[in-house]
Amino acid sequence: MKELLDMFITFAKVGVMTFGGGYAMLPILQREVVENKGWAEEAELTDYYAIGQCTPGIIAVNVATFIGYKKRGVLGGIFATLGVIFPSLIIIMSLAGVISAFSDFAAVQHAFAGIRVCVAVLVFNAVVKLWKSAVVDKLTLAIFLAVFAGSTLTNIPVMLFILAAGVLGLAVRSVRKGGEK
Amino acid sequence: MLYLRLFFEFFKIGLFAVGGGLATLPFLEEMADKTGWFTRAQLVDMIAVGESTPGPIGVNMATYVGFTTAGVPGAVIATLGLATPCVIVILLIAAFLKNFRENPLVKSAFYGLRPASAGLIASAGLSVLLVALFKNSPALRVDLLSLVSWNWKAVVLMAVLLYLTRYCKKTKKWHPIAFIGISAAAGVLFQFGA
Repeated sequence: MKELLDMFITFAKVGVMTFGGGYAMLPILQREVVENKGWAEEAELTDYYAIGQCTPGIIAVNVATFIGYKKRGVLGGIFATLGVIFPSLIIIMSLAGVISAFSDFAAVQHAFAGIRVCVAVLVFNAVVKLWKSAVVDKLTLAIFLAVFAGSTLTNIPVMLFILAAGVLGLAVRSVRKGGEK
Repeated sequence: MLYLRLFFEFFKIGLFAVGGGLATLPFLEEMADKTGWFTRAQLVDMIAVGESTPGPIGVNMATYVGFTTAGVPGAVIATLGLATPCVIVILLIAAFLKNFRENPLVKSAFYGLRPASAGLIASAGLSVLLVALFKNSPALRVDLLSLVSWNWKAVVLMAVLLYLTRYCKKTKKWHPIAFIGISAAAGVLFQFGA
């Protein structure tokens, strides 16, 4: 129970420090879950994001469920998820009265213009960390560049990139292994 | 009855919206038209609020829509409705992965998936960066080369943050939230918006 509570609190911390979509959660996860708690490795996070981006639902919830399940089974998955949604519930409900005015305040807009710069820098740093486990040879470099360019410049659904990359990985690996043997 | 319907409608979104928070948007638009719980104009406000409060955007939107529709219980029910299908689907996949993680086929698939995942995250980061570094302009693409359309304060902040998070030994190990706090303060102090 103590561990489940720890999981809830840790993910609530992650939730409250996330400004933006699931990608904005990555640098916080790296610090809290990988470095501080040691609940997952860098490479695993990349895997969870890969799956989270092509399965239904909110990526942040998907990734929390994965890590929670890995540490403490089904209950762990549920507690981690409840943790990550808890701050949103509290914050949105307590701001509800003033909320539509809230985002019009000049100070809020200025603050978030600053935060966006920071989130972009933190995500950049997070990708640099992922790089070591994800981009290991010429082919993976090519996949990274192709997906980066493709998803920046076109409206092709994300799921197609993920599926194509997975199939490519399977195909290339099995051909290589066949050659070695 | 309203609660049940609220849960069910958000359950559907959680089950069919693939690709994260803003992927729920077309579904919410449809919900606005179909149920009359809120208008499309309100939805625009909800996005602004979801983006300018802590927490993942998708969760924030569900909470806000639920709250607008049916108060505190509505907020809780809508959010749980959204999260439930994700949790079920992921638990199934995670259970499968647990048994097959060392399987050579699964390993090979992830060999290709990891760089794709990193590429997608980098692309999401870039789109945030573009919004942050340029002044609001309808013809963004055309203006990329014109110096006046850059938000120079944001460019300076970016350079400072890169230095603090990557090169400065003293601050490199600070918690990410410290940098977020500094950036929010800088934004207010130097009037970053608009």
